Amino acid sequence: MESVAEYVPPDDSNRLAENIMHFARVLRAAGLPVGPGKVLDGVRAVITAGVGNREDFYWTLFAVFVNRQDHREIFDQAFHIFWRNPRILERMLHMLMPQVQVEMDESRNDEISRRVAEALAKGEGSEEMQEAAEEEIEFDAALTYSAREVLQGMDFESMSADEVAQAKAIIARMRLPIMAVPTRRLSPDPHGRRVDMRASLRASLRSGGGVPLRHRSPKLRHPPLVVLCDISGSMSRYSRMFLHFMHAITNDRDRVHTFVFGTRLTNITRHLRHRDVDVALEKVAEGVEDWSGGTRIGHCLHDFNANWSRRVLGQGAVVLMISDGLDRDAGEGIGDEVERLHKSCRRLIWLNPLLRYAGFEPKSKGIKALLPHVDDFRTVHNLASLGDLAAALAQERPGRRKQYEVEAA
Amino acid sequence: MNTAIPNDIDATLDLLTAGDYIADRSLATTLFLALKMGRPLFLEGEAGVGKTEIAKVLSATLNRPLVRLQCYEGLDVASAVYEWNYARQMIEIRLAEAGGAVDRDRLGKDIFRDEFLIKRPLLQALEASADGAAPVLLIDELDRTDEAFEAYLLEVLSDFQITIPEIGTIAAAQPPIVIVTSNRTREIHDALKRRCLYYWVDYPDAERELAILRTKVPQCEETLSRQVVGFIQRLREHDLFKLPGIAETIDWATALTELNKIVLEPEVVDNTLGAILKYQDDIHKIQGSEAAHILEEVKREMTAAGN
Repeated sequence: MESVAEYVPPDDSNRLAENIMHFARVLRAAGLPVGPGKVLDGVRAVITAGVGNREDFYWTLFAVFVNRQDHREIFDQAFHIFWRNPRILERMLHMLMPQVQVEMDESRNDEISRRVAEALAKGEGSEEMQEAAEEEIEFDAALTYSAREVLQGMDFESMSADEVAQAKAIIARMRLPIMAVPTRRLSPDPHGRRVDMRASLRASLRSGGGVPLRHRSPKLRHPPLVVLCDISGSMSRYSRMFLHFMHAITNDRDRVHTFVFGTRLTNITRHLRHRDVDVALEKVAEGVEDWSGGTRIGHCLHDFNANWSRRVLGQGAVVLMISDGLDRDAGEGIGDEVERLHKSCRRLIWLNPLLRYAGFEPKSKGIKALLPHVDDFRTVHNLASLGDLAAALAQERPGRRKQYEVEAA
Repeated sequence: MNTAIPNDIDATLDLLTAGDYIADRSLATTLFLALKMGRPLFLEGEAGVGKTEIAKVLSATLNRPLVRLQCYEGLDVASAVYEWNYARQMIEIRLAEAGGAVDRDRLGKDIFRDEFLIKRPLLQALEASADGAAPVLLIDELDRTDEAFEAYLLEVLSDFQITIPEIGTIAAAQPPIVIVTSNRTREIHDALKRRCLYYWVDYPDAERELAILRTKVPQCEETLSRQVVGFIQRLREHDLFKLPGIAETIDWATALTELNKIVLEPEVVDNTLGAILKYQDDIHKIQGSEAAHILEEVKREMTAAGN
């Protein structure tokens, strides 16, 4: 962290307020949810705490502008660039658009996040990276699995018109009626087993004489759904279809979290939240870097368990894993990780497109490691099987954590 | 009784220190702002890093009552805000009927009076204590409830008022000091976070952890404390499912002290590993040679540092 001397306090509070506003705009452009209300808060907070030293100033703004841990890094970088030299901003506003990196001195030349750089340069600068990615060699990895991580943008335009029409029509109507489970919340129900005292008493006042009993029973609700989809080379024939499928179920209900994995795990939930399926898929294509490369199931599951499972598997989630189970690392580490995953969720469903081949035998090490820990193992290779899936998921399979009687009080 | 909130960041830091809470300056800054601006403080972090403790310390050092709302799945208005005392209401109705002439409107008003109201934590928190100071309201583990309750909290946390249909709106004369904690088992909605000041409570560094241990387990030998902290700090660099928090460090130091240990030995570590690691996979990974290896490194480092 820089010394206090380097920090130039603004001349007066108006100027400071203005700078805080501009700083907030930079944060907003970098993707932090910073609204005008936050700017006012920021100014108030700085006035309240006073501008003592740089560290206090940092934490004052941090307290106001950051509200999730993931944003910490972005804030940190934006803060150091912006408050080191707020003049960068003036230039920016005058549309001179200098390369921001030039302004930074050599000692602090560590990589600034792409989001911050883009926010400061207003969208410039990312082109090069995309070009570099496009230059990567493409090779068809269908039904094989490569040991290389291929960084390439997936081209959704190559999807044939037929395919799109079919997928859109059928998948958009698809619903996943995964069993509803009773919550601990109650709602009025004339046939409920519990007496609703409050409603009964109010009713008695209305009628006078005697207390007509009102009842209630637990509400039913879908458990959260987590989808883990394999997008490696051997799955590339299916992954486009699955993306449409995932888009349909993500927008159909709340509490759906969607991840794709090849050599690394990517959370695409936010991208898929776009109502328009094309926009959503375009965003996914931008956000995911390991399309049609190799698969490292164990590694990705580990990443999921370590970084996401506590956040998305709470409240009894159902996990849908879409993968062919072919693994670059020859099944290394899968067993332990999938066991951990299985123990942390309500139900683990594995959808495997390879299962459609008659005489499919679980010979691959990855598949062998996965099989003992899944509650349900089914095929998905075409639209019809996706439809069947919906029907099958409507009931909870007997054996594990049976759905308890709804009426049981 | 001094219930005044501190005037600057240093005073806030002193306040926490006075309550035996060893805090970062960054935490003190955020806490100070929350107190001064009257905003709820949203604390997020792994289990056992001292989030709940902050509220307790605040309540103790500011001499304000602590009102705690422990969240759980299905938490509803009846158990978080208020409930009518139905049994008493019914008796009241029966008595009125027995006494003859029942004016129904009058009865309706009578049974929805303050004395039939059972106040739950949120409503209690809106009431000032005897000496006029607002209490500290701790909403613990908010991530355990559902989104519906979170939405209900929006009104309470932004306006500090609660609406009861039968009575009307009850507003706090003086807003309580609100501390919200979350273990992040799910993301809390941005609408709620927006109303709060956010702070991520991280694992402490070795120096601060040692200071915490000295404060919390003073009977623990100095060498042992250093070894325990060194061991835990190294353990946090390992790839474990659940890293030990400060609570585990304190537990372990207490356990070792109870066992009359003065220094860590591999065998002792193996036997007491359950105090710091709570998943069988993690214990399995560390127990035995790995634990011995970590311990050796810790000891070597301490020797090098001249202890």
